[in-house]
Amino acid sequence: MSERVAVRKTYKLFIGGKFPRSESGRSYLVQDSNVSLASRKDARDAVVAARAAVKGWAGATAYNRGQILYRVAEMLEGRREQFVGLGVPADEVDAATDRWVWYAGWSDKLPQVYGGANPVAGPYFNLSSPEPTGVVAVVAPETPALLGLVSVIAPAIVTGNTVVVAASPSAPLAAVTLAEVLATSDLPGGVVNILTGRLSETVPTLAAHMDVNAIDLTGVTDPEVAADLEVKAAENLKRVLRPVPTDHDWSADPGLTRMTALLETKTVWHPKGA
Amino acid sequence: MFEYAPAPESRSVVDLKPSYGLFIDGKFVDPADGSGFKSINPASEEVLAEVAEGGAQDVDRAVRAARRAYEKVWGPMPGRDRAKYLFRIARIIQERSRELAVLESLDNGKPIKESRDVDLPLVAAHFFYYAGWADKLPHAGFGPDPKPIGVAGQVIPWNFPLLMLAWKIAPALAAGNTVVLKPAETTPLTALLFAEICQQADLPAGVVNIVTGAGETGRALVEHDGVDKVAFTGSTDVGRAIARAVAGSRKKLTLELGGKAANIVFDDAPVDQAVEGIVNGIFFNQGHVCCAGSRLLIQESVADRVLESLKRRMAQLRVGDPLDKNTDIGAINSAAQLARIKELSDAGSAEGAERWSPPCELPDRGFWFAPTIFTGVTQAHRIAREEIFGPVLSVLTFRTPAEAVEKANNTPYGLSAGIWTEKGSRILWMADRLRAGVVWANTFNKFDPTSPFGGYKESGYGREGGRHGLEAYLNV
Repeated sequence: MSERVAVRKTYKLFIGGKFPRSESGRSYLVQDSNVSLASRKDARDAVVAARAAVKGWAGATAYNRGQILYRVAEMLEGRREQFVGLGVPADEVDAATDRWVWYAGWSDKLPQVYGGANPVAGPYFNLSSPEPTGVVAVVAPETPALLGLVSVIAPAIVTGNTVVVAASPSAPLAAVTLAEVLATSDLPGGVVNILTGRLSETVPTLAAHMDVNAIDLTGVTDPEVAADLEVKAAENLKRVLRPVPTDHDWSADPGLTRMTALLETKTVWHPKGA
Repeated sequence: MFEYAPAPESRSVVDLKPSYGLFIDGKFVDPADGSGFKSINPASEEVLAEVAEGGAQDVDRAVRAARRAYEKVWGPMPGRDRAKYLFRIARIIQERSRELAVLESLDNGKPIKESRDVDLPLVAAHFFYYAGWADKLPHAGFGPDPKPIGVAGQVIPWNFPLLMLAWKIAPALAAGNTVVLKPAETTPLTALLFAEICQQADLPAGVVNIVTGAGETGRALVEHDGVDKVAFTGSTDVGRAIARAVAGSRKKLTLELGGKAANIVFDDAPVDQAVEGIVNGIFFNQGHVCCAGSRLLIQESVADRVLESLKRRMAQLRVGDPLDKNTDIGAINSAAQLARIKELSDAGSAEGAERWSPPCELPDRGFWFAPTIFTGVTQAHRIAREEIFGPVLSVLTFRTPAEAVEKANNTPYGLSAGIWTEKGSRILWMADRLRAGVVWANTFNKFDPTSPFGGYKESGYGREGGRHGLEAYLNV
């Protein structure tokens, strides 16, 4: 009997809940697999998908979003070996899973610690609540392949934003595999969109895109490139998360800033009187 | 009323054992003196199961188990891991919600549509919410490193057996405490099924202990020296007794007690919507609700219209088999509670209020009380002052917002209140003046794990739910 011939996986983009190839028809080779090489058009398509998902995702209850993020953790736990097979250390997979759990719990708590009643001097009810800023472009860190990616996606979406992620060019297999996890976690299509390929192609398009509300430059390592992207982002006053040092400790407590940087605060006034 | 064919929920999903022991240190054990009592179905008076009666020795054993688990396992465990156990429990509750809902309706008498659509979803959500706090306590606003208190002794009532268990256990465990919980003697069964869920979740032994019994068991628990924190939900009289019992000790105490909520309807309120809220406010869960809107205050100019619509709506309420999915009002929880409702209702008639119930056929067996309203009630009547804890509504009228506030606050209780008006500024003006812990506007009986709940005045102190609910279980 001959040895069974394995079925190999095609690694494609993740846009609007589907797995299309790049519209450019290009791919590049990573870890012996062909991976889609996303184009500027793919980036624009991903923004359209992300925008379309904002209403439903931002409008979902915090409870519902929390349940879905927790579901992502459940799915990721079940695919632990698959990530290990891609070269992600087992303890990194565990840390990434725990990070989903941590952020899942924030969905209905962040408004309680980051918003609240304001005791204004007058007969008015006054309440400030955080709201998602909208579509966030995210440049994922080069490493760690999975924990770094999860650490930038989860804080952006837990509050109701949708994201277009430029995955690490050298570690796209973990990113596409995470997309498969997301696709089976009841996360609505378009909430997370993942582009693989060269950052130099997709990220400037995202930084300059007028329908993107914020950009997270975490994975940008060249300060000049980062500055140029910030200049592009300034055109429609995108909220900007600046790059982190390459020796950043991704296993440390992430704190709240990755979430709060991508929020707007809305304050509602209403008079009191019989 | 339309004739509906019966739509009974199947009991087959529930697998009851003939008898249950106490859940101590991760195992079901027999009580030291072997005594027990029966839990019955209030809709049929059939015996559901025999349940152990915990004595002082059993309580001591449970508290010691909780202490060991607190010191050796649960207290030192990182919040991240406590969270995972609580998430597990939340998930198992979601998966077994039908079974729990049917058992809750069997043991309590509440309609299946309430246990299925209100109690169980809230129970799971409560565990899910507090699971998320377990690893975020430094963010809760109680300082950078808040600590648990230790062993919590918790005594809960029979009106929402599993929901009250969730309100007690979820925040306690999230904060790092261990618990000994005593369910009410008429409704112990879902707490015992919850004990099985703790086993299923591999929750470390001793973190949750369930000691069934009646008042004496509860007394032994709250008075035990090894208990650091007492949480009680129930009547104001028992709450007072507990406050006396823990006086002079270092035990932290929270009490969620009775209520006599005013549901205030202004002349600009949409009548149909208000009537739905009034009906929900007093007939939800047979009126066995501490925050029930048991005093209806209607602005005089619309009183006739509102009452006419209310009576029409009440005539549509279906009283009967709790397991029938069409049932609106189920069985009164116990013979003792039925007697109390009857006694207070008779006092209402004797004191001169006018009593009305829709034509309503009640089953022959079990404990039942037709939905009832009293009009012409004055503030001096017993039915306007005392908590009836049944499907009985007292109707009063008012002319001005200031008079509504006066009447609403004219009670030793202060748990909740309702306001019905289209005018937003009036809602907020009223809310500022009502001495009540929860104020619902153009809605009633809304609950959410993120939202603090608890009373002013003799409705108790402390809050359950939300970020505030953590405070009761932290050493702050």
